[in-house]
Formats: sequence, C-alpha cells, structure tokens
Amino acid sequence: MSRTLIERYEDDLFLVKGAAGWLGVAILLAALAMFPFLLPRIGLSYLLFIAVLGAANVIVAVGLNLLVGYTGLISLGHAGFVAIGAYASGLLMSRLGLPWYAAWAGAAAISAAFGFLVGLPALRLTGPYLTIATLGFGIAVYQVLTNWTDLSGGRMGLPVHQLSLGIAGLTSTQQLYYVAVGAAVLLSWIGYNLARSHIGRALVAIRDSDIAAEVTGVNLTWYKTLAFAISAAYAGVAGSIIAQALRHLEPQAFTFLESITYFAMIVIGGLGTISGSIIGAVLLTLLPHYLSGFRQWLPIIYGGAIILIMALEPHGVYGRWVRVRTYFRAWPL
Amino acid sequence: MTQLGQYLVGGLATGSLYALVALGIVLLYRSSRVLNFAHGDVATLATFVAFTLLGRAVPFSIAVTASLAAAAVLGAAFFFLILRPAKEATLLGKIVMTLGLALVLSGVMQLVWGADEHVFPSPLSDTRVYKLGQVVVSQMSLGTIVSGLVLMGILYVLIQRTKVGLAMRAVAQNTVAAQALGIPARRIYALTWGLASALGGAAGVLLAPVVYLDPFMMLDPFLKGFAAAVLGGIDSLPGAVLGGFLLGVAESVFAGYVSFKFKTTLAFGIIILVLMIRPEGVLGREYHRRV
Repeated sequence: MSRTLIERYEDDLFLVKGAAGWLGVAILLAALAMFPFLLPRIGLSYLLFIAVLGAANVIVAVGLNLLVGYTGLISLGHAGFVAIGAYASGLLMSRLGLPWYAAWAGAAAISAAFGFLVGLPALRLTGPYLTIATLGFGIAVYQVLTNWTDLSGGRMGLPVHQLSLGIAGLTSTQQLYYVAVGAAVLLSWIGYNLARSHIGRALVAIRDSDIAAEVTGVNLTWYKTLAFAISAAYAGVAGSIIAQALRHLEPQAFTFLESITYFAMIVIGGLGTISGSIIGAVLLTLLPHYLSGFRQWLPIIYGGAIILIMALEPHGVYGRWVRVRTYFRAWPL
Repeated sequence: MTQLGQYLVGGLATGSLYALVALGIVLLYRSSRVLNFAHGDVATLATFVAFTLLGRAVPFSIAVTASLAAAAVLGAAFFFLILRPAKEATLLGKIVMTLGLALVLSGVMQLVWGADEHVFPSPLSDTRVYKLGQVVVSQMSLGTIVSGLVLMGILYVLIQRTKVGLAMRAVAQNTVAAQALGIPARRIYALTWGLASALGGAAGVLLAPVVYLDPFMMLDPFLKGFAAAVLGGIDSLPGAVLGGFLLGVAESVFAGYVSFKFKTTLAFGIIILVLMIRPEGVLGREYHRRV
C-alpha cells in the first residue's frame, strides 16, 4: 500500500486524498452510472427500485446524522419531515403544475421551514424533552395527514405525477434512478463539506458542551435551528424521491416505525460520520429486502443491533472499519 | 354542570393511569437522568404476561402480581445486564439503548402474541355503575382511580418512610456521596429500574380492560405520562401525580367541549407551554445547569 507523506495541514484537510482516492471516487461514480444497464443483464432489474429507495434513505440518514450525530439533538420524528417533503412535492406538481425540480426545491424549502419551527423549542428543550417533542411532531404530522383529507386525499391516497428528464430510451424508473442517485451523491458531498467546515465544528461543539460552545462564541440559536432546518431539508428531498417511487402517497408510509428505522440507520452506521450514515442507510435498505421472509423479526434485529452497537462499538460499523484500517496502516506497530 | 362532573370523573380515571406512568418515568429520570423509552413496552409486556396467565385460568390477583414481578425483573435485568456494563456509555448512548430495548420488546410481543387486539378480562365491570348525585361512575373507573391511589400511597411510604427509600433518595441526590457512605448504589439503581417498570406494568393492567390489548397499547399513555411528568416537574414525584391528574382532567374536558380528534395534540401543546412559562414544572425545583 502506498503511503503519502502529508506535509501541510491543508493537505490533510482534503476530502479525497491522492490519486488512489480520486480513482476510487471515479470508479464508484462510474459503477453507479452503469448500474441500471448492468442489472437487466444479470436479471435483477427489480433492484433498481430498491436502489431508488436506498438513495432516499441515504439522503435522510445523512441529514439526520448532521442533527443527531453532529449536533447531539435527537429527532425521533424524521418520518414527519419526509412526509411533509413527499406531500409538498406531490401537491406542488399536481395543484400548481410546477416542474419536478421546482417542486423538489419547494418541498425541501417547506420541510426546512418546518424543521426551523421544530428547532425553535430545541433552544429551550434539551435531552429527553426534545426527543419527546420530535416524537410528538412525527405523530402529529401523521395524524394531520390522516384527518385533513382535502390536503392528503386521506386514506384514499394522493396520486403523484411522474417526473421526466425527456431522455428517450430510458424507462421512467431509470430516469428516477439517475435523479435520485444524483441527488444522494450531491447531498452526501454537501454533507461531507458541511461537517468539516466551520458549521460542522460549531455543531460538534454544541454536542460536546453547549455552554462551553456558547462561551467560545458559537451562536446557539442560529446553529441549533440551522441544524434542524438542514436536516429537514434533506428529509424533504428524500420525501420527494419517495413520492416519485411510490407514485401514490398514503400516510401509512410515514409512521413512527419509519422514524425509528432512520434512527437505527445512523446508529448502526456510526453516529457523527457521513460515511457511517451512508453505510447504515444502504445496510438497512438491503437487509429488509433479503430478510423479507422474516419481516416480523425486523424490529428485534434492529433493536438488538442498536443495543449491541451502543454497548460494544458506539461509533458504529464505520467506526469499527476506521479502527481496522488504522491497525493495518500502522502494522506492525 | 353534570356534564362537567362526568368529564372530571373520566379525567381522574385516565389521570391516575398517566400519574402511574409518570411516576415510573420520574423515578428513573431523578436517579440517573435517563429517559426510558422502553417504559411503555415493558408495561405492555407485563400486561401480556397477565393476559396469558389469565387465559390459563390463574386467579386474577396472582396473575397481576406475577406480571408486575416480571416487569420488575425485566427492568432490573436491563440495567444490570446491558446498561451498566456498556462501554463508554454517554447519556445519549443510554437513551438510545432504551430505544433499542423498546424495539426488541415490541418485536417480541408481535411475534409471540401477534399484532391483533385482545380483550383483557377484568373482575371489574364497565357496565355496573354507581351514582354520585347526577354523575355516573362505572365500577371500572372507580377501581382504576382507587388502585392508582393505593399504589401511589405504597410508593410514598416506601420512599419517604423506609430505609430503602432513604437510600434511593440519597443515590438520586448524589451517587458518589451515597456510595462513599456505604450505600450499594448499583443495587439501588437496579431496584429503581424494577420499581419503575412495575409501576408501568400496573398502569398497563389497569388500562388494558378499557382499551384493547395490543403490542402498541402503551405508546400513547407513555407519551402522555411524559407530558404529565414535564407538567408536574420532571424531578418531583408529587409533581408526577399532580401532573398526571391535571393532564387527565384537562384532556377529558378538552375532548368534551372542544375537539375529540385533537385531544392527543393537547398533551404536546401543554409540554411546550410549560417549558416556555415554567421549565421546571409546577412542583419541580428551580432548574440550574452546570457545565
């Protein structure tokens, strides 16, 4: 393995280090781009749909980790933000006739606005208070969607207009795949950069000790609400993707169990890391798919995994990987 | 006026359930600052234990005692086997672990008893009623209120009048100092977990005959119990009782006069209102934070 000597601090800050790193990124992106064409050849076309949902989960997980892992504010109501994004994009397209990209941007903005509103009590609520407040928010969104039938179509559901890139030769699922994965890559990249910028450092400072952070000049009001707004905007985009994938929205798609699943993703992947969020989201997208015969076992598996990871490896799967990597890099020390 | 009295009675019955749940939450929060998300699921599991025993023709009193014991053992076991040995467990980590336990328990319940609703038999009748002037009180509501009050009385005596209770208060106030004085803090913590879980179990057994028994039965009362704890002051046991009854009555009156559909939202409105006006709750001590 080639080792590069880092001579300047700025070099250490690069997100992608060295030619090998860039090659890895290029291979990954190429693989993602080729994916829809490779699948039919090996007879696994249905995986494309799973990949779209996976991209949505990655986006939610990255956003949620910015809030929970970096800022230390637990949200158990993220399915609520996803639902708001999904319904907002669906309604903006069908009622106002907006093109899909405008509807998605609108959905992200509306979601972010709700995130800001939920973030306001977060200024006074810490720990368990906030957790319960977000939990209540998630349930409240579900109840409002079920009861306010003019808006949501109630239990009848809300049909969603399909997006189109206007590229001939691609099926609608393939088009959605490119948009969804493109959004996931872009938002992950933004997430990586947010995390290592002054914003990310301010959020981590708030997590580690908000009083100390405030004393050193971090504006708590601004950064806490900002964390909520960013996280909710991510969820809003993911909701738009889910709306497109499901084609038909029902409140049942955004229950408390979904919020818990998003939470399990970041805990299992690794709290406070963007890579961990991506790993967790991919794992928990594929796992239910391959364990479909054991559907009723899923809560037990998720819960057991959460307990084990918190008890044995609080930094999650990604944290374990970093340790293994460091061990081999430093070997034979 | 009669109608208001009717709402008050209904509110007191649900309020006593909220108070029991809130007491369990406050007991744990006071001693270890952990909000136990598995509180509701432990209670539901205990209720299912009682349900199964009742199905095997075990007498009601024995079935209920066994279910409360099961809840206590489960709570204490969770503390001893998982929470305490956990590596570098931060407060956030502990709360996340209780969330994991909640998931596991609800999964186990769905697996063993199914997600269907069950009818929980009770020796008290919902149709036999007593009349207090114009106000009608069912035997069930009366039984719920009385059992709730009796349990609160027992808890009061245990905490304020016994040596164990003194040790519990000492550990809650300052764990290190308590340990230095020879109090076995770990055992006291385990006892607190057991006691809190048993209180939740009692609430579950009292609630199950009124609603149907299913794996998610206690989710709503758990949230309300938390709201009640916040309302009364999250580190105050009398506050939990007061908050429970206040919330129960407020909800019942709100459902009767304003809106039945949105009565669940009221609890969250109350949480936010309390935290804005008086963050320490009605009976809580003034809230100080240290770095």
